[in-house]
Amino acid sequence: MDSAQLLIILATAITTATPLVFACLGETLTERAGVINLSAEGTVMLGAMVGFVVAKTTESVWLGFLGAAAVGMLVALIVAYGAITLRQSQIAIGFVLALLCSDLSSYLGNPYVRVPGPTVPPAFPIPILEAIPVIGPLFFRQGDVLVYASYVLIIGMWFYFYRTRTGLTLRAIGEQPAAAFVRGHNVIALRYLYTLVGGAMIGIAGAAFSLDFKAGWSHRHTAGYGWIALAIVIFGGWNPLRAALGAYLFGILQSLASVAQSSIQDVPTQVFTVAPFILMILVLVLTSAGWLGRLLGYLPVTPRRALMRALRTAPPAALGRPFEQD
Amino acid sequence: MKVELQHIHKHFGPVHANDDVSLTVEAGTIHGLLGENGAGKSTLVKILSGFITRDSGVILLDGQPAHIQSPADALRYGIGMLHQDPLDFPPLTVVENFMAGSPFTPPILNPRAAEREFRQWCARFNFDIDPHAQVGDLTVGERQQLEIVRLLANGVGTLILDEPTTGISASQKTLLFQTLRRLADEGKSIIFVSHKLEDVEALCDRVTVMRRGQVAGELDLRPLHAGAQQASSHQPEIAGRIVELMFGRALAMPTKPPTRRDEVILSIEGLVLRSDRLEIRVDQLSLHRGEVVGIAGLEGSGQQLFLTACAGLEPPAAGSIHIAGRNLTHRPYADFLRAGVCYVPADRLREGLIAGLTIQEHVALRASGRGFFIDRAEVRAEAERAIAAFNIRGRPDTYVERLSGGNQQRTQLALLPAPLSVLVMEHPTRGLDIESTLWVWQQLIARCQQGTAILFASSDLDEIVQYSDRVIVFSGGRVSPAIPVAELDVELLGQMIGGRF
Amino acid sequence: MNSTIPSQTALPWLWRLPALVYRSGALIISLLLIGLIVLLSGASPVEVIGRMLVGAVSTPDQVGRVVATLSTLLLCAVGLVYTFNAGLYNLGVEGQVTFGAIATTFVLRLLYPEEATASLLPPPLTIALGVLAGALGGVLWGLLAGALHVYGRISEIFAGLGLNFAATGVAIYLIFGPWKRPGVASLSGTQPFDESLWLGTFGQTEATPVGLGLGLLALLITIVVMRNTYFGLRLRAVGKNQYAAHVLGVPARQQLLSAFLICGLFAGLAGAIQVVGVFHRLIPNISSNLGFLGLLVVMLVNFDPRWVLPVALFFSALNIGSLQLPLSLGLESSLAGVIQGLLVLFALIGRGLAQRYAAS
Repeated sequence: MDSAQLLIILATAITTATPLVFACLGETLTERAGVINLSAEGTVMLGAMVGFVVAKTTESVWLGFLGAAAVGMLVALIVAYGAITLRQSQIAIGFVLALLCSDLSSYLGNPYVRVPGPTVPPAFPIPILEAIPVIGPLFFRQGDVLVYASYVLIIGMWFYFYRTRTGLTLRAIGEQPAAAFVRGHNVIALRYLYTLVGGAMIGIAGAAFSLDFKAGWSHRHTAGYGWIALAIVIFGGWNPLRAALGAYLFGILQSLASVAQSSIQDVPTQVFTVAPFILMILVLVLTSAGWLGRLLGYLPVTPRRALMRALRTAPPAALGRPFEQD
Repeated sequence: MKVELQHIHKHFGPVHANDDVSLTVEAGTIHGLLGENGAGKSTLVKILSGFITRDSGVILLDGQPAHIQSPADALRYGIGMLHQDPLDFPPLTVVENFMAGSPFTPPILNPRAAEREFRQWCARFNFDIDPHAQVGDLTVGERQQLEIVRLLANGVGTLILDEPTTGISASQKTLLFQTLRRLADEGKSIIFVSHKLEDVEALCDRVTVMRRGQVAGELDLRPLHAGAQQASSHQPEIAGRIVELMFGRALAMPTKPPTRRDEVILSIEGLVLRSDRLEIRVDQLSLHRGEVVGIAGLEGSGQQLFLTACAGLEPPAAGSIHIAGRNLTHRPYADFLRAGVCYVPADRLREGLIAGLTIQEHVALRASGRGFFIDRAEVRAEAERAIAAFNIRGRPDTYVERLSGGNQQRTQLALLPAPLSVLVMEHPTRGLDIESTLWVWQQLIARCQQGTAILFASSDLDEIVQYSDRVIVFSGGRVSPAIPVAELDVELLGQMIGGRF
Repeated sequence: MNSTIPSQTALPWLWRLPALVYRSGALIISLLLIGLIVLLSGASPVEVIGRMLVGAVSTPDQVGRVVATLSTLLLCAVGLVYTFNAGLYNLGVEGQVTFGAIATTFVLRLLYPEEATASLLPPPLTIALGVLAGALGGVLWGLLAGALHVYGRISEIFAGLGLNFAATGVAIYLIFGPWKRPGVASLSGTQPFDESLWLGTFGQTEATPVGLGLGLLALLITIVVMRNTYFGLRLRAVGKNQYAAHVLGVPARQQLLSAFLICGLFAGLAGAIQVVGVFHRLIPNISSNLGFLGLLVVMLVNFDPRWVLPVALFFSALNIGSLQLPLSLGLESSLAGVIQGLLVLFALIGRGLAQRYAAS
């Protein structure tokens, strides 16, 4: 395999991983605020179906995305209500919704199976940026508007998390909601907000499949991607850049799988779906047992701190726990 | 800013935590708020800072009525509170904590400007905190300093500190007091909530003493700060008056019959216990069969840590625990249970009983190991016997969360196995009426007569004096030696609880 | 300091309705939504539901399919009763079923190699050993998740999900690799086993007495264990308040691991039944998603084993009945999943409303 082939594999990986990036970023947002939206698998599928149907009916791809976002928000609203207001188990509600929405998408989307529909118009390479060696052809010669949109989203989210005041508040709420409350923030309203926005992004991820990267609709069209997104959020340490990196890594694995398929006969790509979860478990084992912390403890303070922040894998301290305020 | 709280009432269910409490803090003064746990001082300042809402009463700021229903409201009025347990964000850095929640932080963060401002504030008060450290790595004292700096940077005019000197070093305390004095001199009003007599006497201009939800009295402490000679002549009189207000005139008489035997059942050597706030050391303690040792002191001084360590639930950082001559340090909890040690926690529904199970099921749990199948008739009979013997107002099929507090405590006692070597109890009669309290202690003394040793913590000094053979005082991370109850009076006990051993 | 601040829900009296009102209200809303969704797909709710339920019992073959589904679903649900009562969300049940199926297939292939013309041991013995292997396989996968949770402090949810994918990965690797059909590897699974290794059935139907018997026996055992044994009581204690249970002397870790073990056992048995009783080979989706459906069943009955049978029967009937829909009405069979999901979702919401707002 020469460098040109490698470049193509990597560029393809970035392309195919883009819908996953949307889902991972959305779930990262929600979990950073302290709420687990376990319904991702169902939301992505329902978003894909609704996005396709709306786009086909209105003949506007962008209305399709809007519809998918709305559906994502609706599902997230149920999760938020159950988790934040009713203080029931976020896991139970999210899980039931994951199954329900998947089945709902199959049932209501039945008439649209294998029906052609509108797709996102193709994009063009970005003039100056594509000339940068290595990075240019990789990132900026993509044929897809959504890929460029995802770059903006990744950078934007990173900037939001770490460089803005409201982003700091977001991180605060997920770590220690009581402390955020004392500083005058409305924790409950903000948690609702971030759950809804995250859900909208997960819905959009689904539409990104059915209206672009895997155009059309079929049963279980996006099967598995929602669960994978959840795993990548953990693997990415609740950090937008690393989550995106995790999504691209998964894309690379899938690309490699297609290449390997020609050499290693008969082993389908499904086997590679396993990889993100194995990685996630390894990461969790390493950090939950504290080994990573102990290992890094041998380093002097400054590089250790930087590494700890880069490799940080501890979940937001208040993740999954209800917050009660007067 | 002058702060006035007038006729504040607050109920938590049946408990009247603040009963017609009025307090006035003049601008530029440091006002102390003293009292035992349960006195209501924490409740009062949480109302002022908007953390909880009051039932009735008025808050005036500089003479104007203030509407404070949430922390956001309080912040707008310039009231900021330093909580007993640090309310900050451990995984974030110092600078990030400094910026979070501040109205002066720009929408696009400017960490360098914030760091500069932070360093300036720290320099003013001689604080030395690394801006890039993770807050979780800081000591309690440093986290406090960060919080003070943050509140000041946000422009608070009234600063409330809730038990700030627990868990900080002596030098940090000196620095803190200097800082507070300067702030007061600059015109801020400061409320200093504490149980440490020494600290309050050294720092405060006036002090309000609370007891059982009401204001017991108010004292002017400025004579203590006047000049060295004058101060020392006033000191004992004022200190005595404070103790009197906090604890009442006289203590109850010891009523416990002698039950102590010669055999040592629990022996502790060189015990060191650590939590994220405190470190406590108990050099030596020997508990005899049939003996009762009471632990006095304000909650949060390490009693729970000590009791859970003695019960085998928390491993000590250093030292040894021997039960009946066997070294049980670091052994699993099951070994302690087998050795006859039993723990009865204060938080009955969260730590001692299981909500969702009935009395009968708890009895069955205790009987676990008697075979595979539960003999319902036998267990029910046993439950009924326990209910009768312990006068529990409930039936075998009553869910424990539906029992009143007193009956929950009776249930906990009914579940104790017999015989027991050591009974470790936290606040055994909290929330019980007098009749139940007397009855509980009757049962406990009966056990002592059979040879059980009892180690218990309580914030009711009467209870401690009435039923203990010896008393240990925990205060601010320090542990006194065990003192025979005959040598105690309210004066000495109050002083010790206030931190003077 | 924990995240709770004293709260007082000062709601107008209208909200303080009896718990029953919230729960039945939620149920009614779920039924209305089901009707709405059917209308959205262009059909009549009454006709559709009628077809489904009638279709499930119309012929002996259909009844047999319902019973076959029920057998597997019972085993999954019964195992989950233990983990739910212990306070765990064992989402890894699917992987436990799959790995049990893999273990069963392994033993069967061992005792009846491809080249042979008869099983090396008498067929009933071979089948029995296969089923036993399935149970052990499930136990292994269950304990793996349990160890990750208890010792590795990893949430059993993500460990479970991860292990699900891992088990499926192993299954697919085997189906397309070492165990592939001679000639062409295919998603339709491994080479079907010789009929001598098939479980006996009720007449010509798909239902097997062994499968049904195991399911019912497992249910009976579980009802007895949960209600009448100290083990069941200790499990519930740990699930309701792990710390207090520990203080009272219950060995919490042991109980949690036992729950994983038992659930793995029953899930593995379910996998074994799927192999020797239903599909007669190993396929990628050997569990037919009945593990996840089992989670829904137990959530709906609020972890009480006495209601598992009627609910599992109802859900199985829905599953089989919905297979009618594509042929007769042109609708998609996942309506069964929609109905099951909505019922459980609103049961949870109704319960939540009752807990939060009901007058007690």
